[in-house]
Amino acid sequence: MALNAFAAAGARVSRLGIGLLIPLLALVTWQVAGSAPELSSIIPTPLAVLQGWDQWLFAKPGMGLNPYLGTWLSNVQYSAYRVLQGFTLAALVGVPLGLLIGWSRLMAHLFDPLIQGLRPIPITAWLPFSIAIFGIRDMGSIFLIFLGGFYAIVVNTTQGARDVERNLMRAALMMGATRAQLLRRVVLPAAMPSIFTGLRIGLGIAWTAVIVSEMVAVKSGLGYVLWDAYYVGRMDIVIADMASIGIMGYLSDRLIVFVERRTLVWRQMQSH
Amino acid sequence: MSEIHITGLDKAYPGKNPAQDVQALQGIDLHINTGEFVALLGPSGCGKSTLLNLVAGFEQPSGGTLLVDGKAVTKPGPQCGVVFQEAALLPWLDVWENVVFGPKVQGLPAAEYEPRAEEMLRIVGLTDFKHHLPVQLSGGMRQRVGIARVLTLGSRVLLMDEPFGALDAQTRLTMQELLLTVWQKLKPTIVFVTHDIDEALFLSDKIYVMSARPGRIQSEVAVPIPRPRAIEVTTSDSFNAMKREILRLIRH
Repeated sequence: MALNAFAAAGARVSRLGIGLLIPLLALVTWQVAGSAPELSSIIPTPLAVLQGWDQWLFAKPGMGLNPYLGTWLSNVQYSAYRVLQGFTLAALVGVPLGLLIGWSRLMAHLFDPLIQGLRPIPITAWLPFSIAIFGIRDMGSIFLIFLGGFYAIVVNTTQGARDVERNLMRAALMMGATRAQLLRRVVLPAAMPSIFTGLRIGLGIAWTAVIVSEMVAVKSGLGYVLWDAYYVGRMDIVIADMASIGIMGYLSDRLIVFVERRTLVWRQMQSH
Repeated sequence: MSEIHITGLDKAYPGKNPAQDVQALQGIDLHINTGEFVALLGPSGCGKSTLLNLVAGFEQPSGGTLLVDGKAVTKPGPQCGVVFQEAALLPWLDVWENVVFGPKVQGLPAAEYEPRAEEMLRIVGLTDFKHHLPVQLSGGMRQRVGIARVLTLGSRVLLMDEPFGALDAQTRLTMQELLLTVWQKLKPTIVFVTHDIDEALFLSDKIYVMSARPGRIQSEVAVPIPRPRAIEVTTSDSFNAMKREILRLIRH
């Protein structure tokens, strides 16, 4: 019994070990190559990045000109707050709209052309428009984040609403459900897996949107820092910022997966 | 006036051109009395499921009359409870919520339907599984929930579309006996679709043998085996004689 536990733990550790092998190799190569004189002025070594990041996180903000002392948390908060607002808006609009479009042919005919027509426009292309309408303000950033999340959410929700098993609908009708009850009590729950897929994809896109929008549209947050640090030659902060963005994207995805696992208990139990 | 009254029923599905139109049902005449247990027997494609869908109100006929309890069928509803081959339970609801779904959406008071739901779960033997999710149940258990929910609905007509087709042979026998017990107790009208001759003979009072292309009722066979019926009756001489007769009809 204890032997099995040992074996399982050992297997997990060795899987983790193998998984870390290539990243570690890359880091070591980077450190060695970065120490060479030709490259050290262009790209900082991993150690230099960690040092700069450490200061960015924990150092006391001084009266000096260095904006990267202890300001990491506040920058993260700015970006995260924008993502929260934009993404929530995208979900509040996208999920009901997606359900209606998947449910009613009339709604599909009404809204599909507009949505499908605007979809190919990349978020970056919306930047000038957003600045023109909203100026250099939070609202512009939130608008772009909204766009980023909206399409993924609407498209996946529509698909989920359309794919509901016909016999589930027939069963509910046979039991006396009205059309409205069908939408709320059968289509919505049945579409939840697809809705969560849309939310995850939409959140990922929302993070890229916040970075892009902060680079020109607002003056705070991780996206702003990315461009500003590059501008003043702080490549160590640039790389630390890239890692921070990756971490934030990963954590928010995990959050949605956590909520999904709690909500869709019936899906978790399906063994396939 | 019989409970289910069908005359000259037609159902056609249009194809890409008139030559490809499918005549799923043609000239169906059927009169089923209250409390009768009737089987629709036939091979795949003979229209038996289509006929059931029409009676249930899932589809509309192309011609003819279809009356249930004297009224024309325009849409599905609790007067005709349906048991599907794959149970079709709502996977995010537990057994109890699935069974009370019908009365709940109709806005009936809990005091009215809860005792009945408890009773139906007890009859099908699933009281201990009230809070299980469908995914945690076996196929046979899911079908039992499917039966319990239409009984809780209070449907006087049960339409069953090959409900035991997806089950293994042993479970099927158990379910057949269970169904007969339930029917004996509550006496709903049952229309049971199957392609299994043994099943049709064991369960029903009357078998309507159907043929395909176009879907038609070929013959009507009475099953005068006395009730209550034990499973052993399926090995008796009279049973086999009827089975031979039906095989002859199907394979003429």
